[in-house]
Amino acid sequence: MFDALTGRLDGIFKKLRTRGKLHPKQVDSALDEMRTALLDADVAVEVADDLLQRVRTRALSEEVMKSLTPAQQVIKVVRDELQETMGGTQATFQLPGAKPAVIMMAGVQGSGKTTACAKLGRMYKEKGKRPLLVAADLWRPAAIDQLVTLGQEIDVPVVSEGKDAVKVAKSGLKHAQREGFDVVIVDTAGRLHVDEDMMREARRVKDAIRPHHVLMACDAMTGQDAVVQARAFMREIDTTGFVLTKLDGDARGGAALSITAVTGRPVFFAGTGERPADLEPFHPDRMASRIMGMGDVLSLIDKAQENLDADRAAEAAKKMMDASFTLEDFLEQMEQVRKLGPLQDLLAMLPGVPGGKNALKELQVDDGHMARAEAIIRSMTREERRDPAMIGGPRRLRIARGSGTTTAEVNALLKEFEQARKMMKSMLGGKRMPRIPGMPNLPGLG
Amino acid sequence: MELWWIPVVVVSIFVAALAVLRVSRRRGATTESVVPGTRPGPAEAPPSRRTEALGARIRSLFGGAVDDPWARLEELLVKADVGPSTAGRVVTAVRDRYTSGSDPVELVSDEVAEILAGDGALDLPEGRLAVIMVVGVNGSGKTTTIGKLASRLARAGRSVSLAGSDTFRAAASEQLDIWARRADAHLVIQQRGADPGSVAFDAVKAAEARGSDVLIVDTAGRLHTKQPLMDELRKVRRVLEKAAGRPPDETLLVLDATTGQNGIAQARAFTDAVEVTGVALTKLDGTAKGGFVLAVREQLGLPVKLIGMGEAIEDLEPFEPRTFADRLLSA
Repeated sequence: MFDALTGRLDGIFKKLRTRGKLHPKQVDSALDEMRTALLDADVAVEVADDLLQRVRTRALSEEVMKSLTPAQQVIKVVRDELQETMGGTQATFQLPGAKPAVIMMAGVQGSGKTTACAKLGRMYKEKGKRPLLVAADLWRPAAIDQLVTLGQEIDVPVVSEGKDAVKVAKSGLKHAQREGFDVVIVDTAGRLHVDEDMMREARRVKDAIRPHHVLMACDAMTGQDAVVQARAFMREIDTTGFVLTKLDGDARGGAALSITAVTGRPVFFAGTGERPADLEPFHPDRMASRIMGMGDVLSLIDKAQENLDADRAAEAAKKMMDASFTLEDFLEQMEQVRKLGPLQDLLAMLPGVPGGKNALKELQVDDGHMARAEAIIRSMTREERRDPAMIGGPRRLRIARGSGTTTAEVNALLKEFEQARKMMKSMLGGKRMPRIPGMPNLPGLG
Repeated sequence: MELWWIPVVVVSIFVAALAVLRVSRRRGATTESVVPGTRPGPAEAPPSRRTEALGARIRSLFGGAVDDPWARLEELLVKADVGPSTAGRVVTAVRDRYTSGSDPVELVSDEVAEILAGDGALDLPEGRLAVIMVVGVNGSGKTTTIGKLASRLARAGRSVSLAGSDTFRAAASEQLDIWARRADAHLVIQQRGADPGSVAFDAVKAAEARGSDVLIVDTAGRLHTKQPLMDELRKVRRVLEKAAGRPPDETLLVLDATTGQNGIAQARAFTDAVEVTGVALTKLDGTAKGGFVLAVREQLGLPVKLIGMGEAIEDLEPFEPRTFADRLLSA
């Protein structure tokens, strides 16, 4: 999401890096360029200026100016400030021991409130709690139906009794108390912050149910308006934190910086997809790393640890190195990689490749090609997978038929496999461990 | 040659390297727990002076002693989501034309209106079924816009059919159904999870059979970065073309005015995929200005055709460049 900003900062810092020592004027021109980059990333003007002011003060301090690697120091300062602006450390979302714990969800239309409610419900269900969803959006057509359907999918009950939002919320809470639910999640109607009647309604709902958390759903693609919205909701219903939604797109996500800066409240969760499981804790440090061109490696490592077997991965690494990597291994790697998510998303998490900057990220990949490749390899015999050289014309035809593809596609796959093997060999060349770009100085990897 | 295998290789190597290195993960920062009420309150900000017209603010900039009024003017445009580079260009153009005595606000307004000028009307044929395909990211306001558009067309005496090709989102067809009834439109839907192309095909056939004037096709919200979903959208367009014997007469992209610069990326991706013919800009009834449509127009040539001003059925208006420009410069 921060790809383009990352690219811009890369360019600015490359200039800084080559100069060795910093002159205040150099710092200023770098900060100027960075301001444009931040504004392009939809960071609110006031937030960007405030951040750059702090960066400037620190960057011009004796310690940095006299450092042997001042550029590195400045980069570190920027990274720290970005992280600080987004709330600093990862905020853990905690509910009090009270039963039921009450969460209220609010936000403007289309920000993803209902989906976020279902995701939270699923999260607590997974944790072994008994969540209850309350559909208090009585304005949008079929909003209640939407939550009811999502509730069925995640097996969490949904209630909505009453003619106005306050009554629905209250009766939902009573229902939860009566039936012994642990967590009540109240979905409310989308409302524009300038709609005074609707904002008052939100406050009345809040006063009626006294939630332990008031979350505001904020679309990661929001522009300068994010600060206006966040302030207005804060003033009216004292938001305790945010859910940053639609973070799986390519929005640079300046809103994440803006809303935390102006409210002093953290982003607790990030919505990263359309499925109920696509809710993750928000990590300011990772976001800052991403901005700085380090990729979202930590998220990738998380995914890998959750889904993959380290021993098998190590074995695959060995095969890649000594070139005994076969189509069978290739197939297995595809299956493994698939477990981690769509290819395009994985690419976005990888650190920038030096020199080739964002070439890797700009690559358009389609999981359909991978599916077709898998089908082709599955239509081969074990012998063929181990020794593709034996696949002549008749065999190609058979494989094409078996996989519902054409011989041209089989040929292409064989070529692609050869390319892949070459790339593995060259990247892993010799006995040396691969130098994965960005890895040596990763934060959090010791 | 296709390059899909590159990420497979890179990710494989990456994971393999991690496994070999037995990287022990150390969680970066200490985890701070946040219990309601324990966090310090937000920095108290002065109440925003929303009531004061932006135009008046610019004027006052030129009246009083300001270091660099042009920089401030540029900043005001950035705050309207025009984007730093477009804002820079607009200001430069205005500055070139500026002679003391002329009204800077009017010059900016002229410049904006000029960029956005052009044919903003829906181009619908008469005498045969007109097909409008509606696309956009999640939550941009597609279904609401369709409801309002259906009502608008019905009020103009056209008979309208709606196709619920959003078969993904929970209760999408129920939402469309309610709008169809409000607008007195005919509705074609299938069960959730059905093939969106098949709904589109049926809808064309049904609308033709009933002799409808206009068919509006709702599609599922999708982030423009999700290639498989964009491919699905291409397919819906192809199906519509096949069923009707010609491509959709209008392909409207619904953009949320509260969006920032990402709106440009959205417009580009949807135009690449389904040849968008115009933009419907929604949620203009808030404080957001939707200034990014300037860049959308400049870079992609896409005109804004409709604007959404609220949730009521009549809150959809034709786009007026001059009104939009004035709004961009006023609160």
